[in-house]
Amino acid sequence: MAGMPILSLVTFLPLVGVLIILFINDDSEIARRNIRMVALLTTAFTFAISLLIWIGFDTSTADFQFVEKVDWLDSGISYHMGVDGISMLFVILTTFLMPLCILASWEAVQKRVKAYMIAFLILETLMVGVFCALDIVLFYVFFEGGLIPMYIIIGVWGGKRRVYASFKFFLYTLLGSVLMLIAIMAMYWDAGTTSIPELLEHDFPASMQTWLWVAFFASFAVKMPMWPVHTWLPDAHVEAPTAGSVILAGILLKLGGYGLIRFSLSMFPIASADLSWFVFTLSVIAIVYTSLVALMQEDIKKLIAYSSVAHMGYVTMGIFAANHQGLDGAIFQMLSHGLVSGALFLCVGVVYDRMHTREISAYGGLVNIMPKYAVAFMIFTMANVGLPGTSGFVGEFLTLMGMFRANTWFAAIATLGVILSAAYALWLYRRVIFGVLEKESLKAMLDLSTREKAILYPLIALTIFFGVYPMPVFDVTAASVDALLSDYSAALEAARAAADVAMSVH
Amino acid sequence: MYHAIVFLPLIGALIAGLAGTSIGAKASEYVTSGIMIFVALLSWIAFFSVGLSDEPAFTIQVLRWIQTGGLDINWAFRIDTLTVVMLVVVNTVSSLVHVYSIGYMHHDPHRPRFFAYLSLFTFAMLMLVTSDNLVQMFFGWEGVGLASYLLIGFWYKKPSASAAAMKAFIVNRVGDFGFALGIFGVFVLFGSVNLGVIFANAASFLPEGAGHGAAVEAAAEAHGAMDSETVLTFLGYQLDKAHALTVICLLLFMGAMGKSAQFLLHTWLPDAMEGPTPVSALIHAATMVTAGVFMVARMSPLFELSPTALTVVTTIGAITAFFAATVGLVQNDIKRVIAYSTCSQLGYMFVALGVGAYGAGIFHLFTHAFFKALLFLGAGSVIHAVSDEQDMRRMGGLRKHIPMTYWMMIIGTLALTGVGIPGTLFGTAGFFSKDAIIESAYVGHNAASGFAFGMLVIAALFTSFYSWRLIFMTFHGKPRASADVMHHVHESPPVMLIPLYVLAAGALLAGLIFHDFFIGHAAEAAEHVEGWYNEFWRGALFAGPDNHILAEFHNVPWAVKLSPFIVMLLGLVTAWYMYIRSPQTPKALAEQHEGLYKFLLNKWYFDELYDFLFVKPAMRLGTFLWKWGDGWLIDGFGPDGVASRVRQVTGRVVKLQTGYLYHYAFAMLIGVAALVTWMMLGGSV
Repeated sequence: MAGMPILSLVTFLPLVGVLIILFINDDSEIARRNIRMVALLTTAFTFAISLLIWIGFDTSTADFQFVEKVDWLDSGISYHMGVDGISMLFVILTTFLMPLCILASWEAVQKRVKAYMIAFLILETLMVGVFCALDIVLFYVFFEGGLIPMYIIIGVWGGKRRVYASFKFFLYTLLGSVLMLIAIMAMYWDAGTTSIPELLEHDFPASMQTWLWVAFFASFAVKMPMWPVHTWLPDAHVEAPTAGSVILAGILLKLGGYGLIRFSLSMFPIASADLSWFVFTLSVIAIVYTSLVALMQEDIKKLIAYSSVAHMGYVTMGIFAANHQGLDGAIFQMLSHGLVSGALFLCVGVVYDRMHTREISAYGGLVNIMPKYAVAFMIFTMANVGLPGTSGFVGEFLTLMGMFRANTWFAAIATLGVILSAAYALWLYRRVIFGVLEKESLKAMLDLSTREKAILYPLIALTIFFGVYPMPVFDVTAASVDALLSDYSAALEAARAAADVAMSVH
Repeated sequence: MYHAIVFLPLIGALIAGLAGTSIGAKASEYVTSGIMIFVALLSWIAFFSVGLSDEPAFTIQVLRWIQTGGLDINWAFRIDTLTVVMLVVVNTVSSLVHVYSIGYMHHDPHRPRFFAYLSLFTFAMLMLVTSDNLVQMFFGWEGVGLASYLLIGFWYKKPSASAAAMKAFIVNRVGDFGFALGIFGVFVLFGSVNLGVIFANAASFLPEGAGHGAAVEAAAEAHGAMDSETVLTFLGYQLDKAHALTVICLLLFMGAMGKSAQFLLHTWLPDAMEGPTPVSALIHAATMVTAGVFMVARMSPLFELSPTALTVVTTIGAITAFFAATVGLVQNDIKRVIAYSTCSQLGYMFVALGVGAYGAGIFHLFTHAFFKALLFLGAGSVIHAVSDEQDMRRMGGLRKHIPMTYWMMIIGTLALTGVGIPGTLFGTAGFFSKDAIIESAYVGHNAASGFAFGMLVIAALFTSFYSWRLIFMTFHGKPRASADVMHHVHESPPVMLIPLYVLAAGALLAGLIFHDFFIGHAAEAAEHVEGWYNEFWRGALFAGPDNHILAEFHNVPWAVKLSPFIVMLLGLVTAWYMYIRSPQTPKALAEQHEGLYKFLLNKWYFDELYDFLFVKPAMRLGTFLWKWGDGWLIDGFGPDGVASRVRQVTGRVVKLQTGYLYHYAFAMLIGVAALVTWMMLGGSV
């Protein structure tokens, strides 16, 4: 196994599925079923293979593992792949969510099935690629490329206002990508390399760090999304098909957080320290502001989308708290949010497929006819609220603890989020699930089908498992986070020493 | 054994919850109840083996939980006297409530779910009381909150039940906000959240020379630089050791206030009565609401070092005891009266903790569990008898029809009002524990103890009045229920009565049997062990070098010893006069003092106040931020503004519709291609 290019295998396996699907040309019901089956098997197989990465992963080192490197046209750019403790689990999260997405689209998507499945498989390749890329140009290609299938998924298979939503999505991300592109060029000028491991070693001058930091931050903040560049997310979620929302919330949002850790915090430590107050401010505003907005939503998906923004606030806060609890918590929160918010969108999908509406007021009393659904939705609601024993708690708690160590003011305001999240989540649950079943239209609804159980039950199991025993995650991240933080504090130490010298000279 | 005690209820919950529909309701009931009885027996074994031994506290590791950086949290049990006392309380009441529910919930179609929730609750509560670190305690803490939420909202078709469930969870979260911050603060101060580490290092927060004089803070200031070094910056304040500790204790106490429904965070408890009555007995009387008391007692090594925090605890406890008792005077719903009584009794417990009489606080927790569960289950038996009526104005004259229930309620009332002969050992459970608290408050040293003593004596008067009022309105006088209801009145089946008998035995005898354990003198030998409370508690409760309250409260003046007894009689006579002798008096009084009556009947208008202060503004703010913040400001000047500009310029984009997506896609690809080309050129130059 040692010689096997496993990362490339996992990254490009979905494209094999694409090839096969391309050969299925007629549009009969059987052909469509075959297309779905191919997509499902491909993603399931990719997931199985990706588990080998986790099994073979050496938790004792902070170095990049499974590294593959091929120089490309002697340009200084190389096809360079590898994972460390920070990125590895995101690869697994991506490959894990994909088969569930395909399953969730099984009946919901009936038009242009072929194109839809191809879009998803390509999306998987690009998403996995982002987390594996060790060359910054390669990273950029995957990073920006991943948005294209997403535009298409929202724009073609979305709801009524899909054009508006995808356009908004585009406008926001365009701003960020342009700035990041310029920053990447600047980094190349200064460091003379595009290799991420080498860039991590490189010390950028303090003045330059600030500008690079701002440019990268613009891009990642949009992806997270952070307040006030978050307004594309509710629209995108509302219009996207269920599986699109799952990927959007589960993985695309994590690109921002991953980028902030990999680039902003690791490569520009001085700027990160200087500007942390700025991130903290935006994060706590996000937590309180979007929680309040979520409280008043009338559309289920929009409510969950706003709650995602609030949860990402914990992530950004944790990252720039720059201590073990904050950073580990942020990574864990992203993974957990990938499961939980994905699951919540899938739950919305379950009732949307039956009723074709997302209005909260159209529901009520579902527990009477859909008890299994009610239980699943309850568990994910509780995970979203951060109930201890679910995965949602661990990340939220650790990021808050990390924040508390860095600054108690921000921590106290952010902790208000635990009250607000309970308010909006339980109120939603009460309006949708509890009560008497009065609405005629709802009375014929069926409880979870076998397919839906196959989607939701594994997510329930993982949500509780990682809430009770999150150590598999922390064992993986420990070495890399340790190394990152010691580099970070060393860089700050050096900068401070340099500043002292400068002071004494004057 | 401890694994079995904690995890068997979880297994019961899983069996009833997951397999309930396939194995049937009967099987679910028997399995969960059987498990609970077994676990309760084990707990009593643990109680005597730990309580009577002289081994120090020990921990049992179960599983790693969260380890990151210096933070090291395991799933683990801490076994000491405090733990086993709580085990006994929780499991005894829980098993009896399980059995009782077999009868009470007889007609409910969702029994497996009910028993699953009950067992789940028990599991969470056990995790809370056995926890070896603050985070696991928080797990149990929120776990019982979840179970409480599920059980209050058990009858989900009732909108009021769903609303009450939500309210309970959210108000508790307000307390948890403080608890969480307190845990963070503990971690910053001690570098750990494990109780053993915290307690071991707490001593370093004790200023030198504090053995003389109570003014710990003054001593800290006098001690100079070393102790006034900043150890925690909280909200911009640089706090030295003593102040940091005070802040942390207050934050933790905020959590306790939420869970134990103390003044300001009490509003959820009366509404929680929407749940089935066995739930009220188990969760909202005997166990969950006492978690706050348990937590403060557990953290006594910290609280003991902060006189300021203890003063706050005393004050809040005293206000709650008084406030809840006043509201209880005029309520007409039989369960709400008992709910306010619970709230008030929890106030008593906090006063005990606040004045340093931790043993007395836990003792009252222990006895209260018996008689309050008895009262609730008795009330349940009444409600069961009168066709689910809860309003006492439509009861009356039930004594002859349900005599066993009547006598059990009388026993509960005797215990709650603390009937006993002062100066002797003849008395009910409440007589020992409640009087101990009142006497402790009298001899307490902190600034609020005098105030607390006054409040508690007045509250005792009210307690006696509302308790007897409940008995007289329900069981005496002429029946006020419809003839149809009266025709159906029936005594409850044995499965419901037997738990009442067991609890009644506890309500009568628990004080007599156990008072020496909980609040007995520290013997000579124990006096010399630092931090030991007495031989029973040993290190499980912490007493600072100045804390001699256990010895002192035995020597209060006779007038103080007699005061609870006198007010108890006074309350009884007043209730008798107003509800038996001259039943028209209450109405006349209410009309005469309409303002006061309304004020009390509406629970001091707290719900309305909070609605006005918090709920409505939060919703208005949410709408404002949504429509104006997101909609008008950000979107209007951001993407929508840009979009309309673009549209004005090109005029064509709109027509392209979905097609333009591909254009953007290609534009982006071209951008990437341009970049790569540039890099290649740059690389080769």
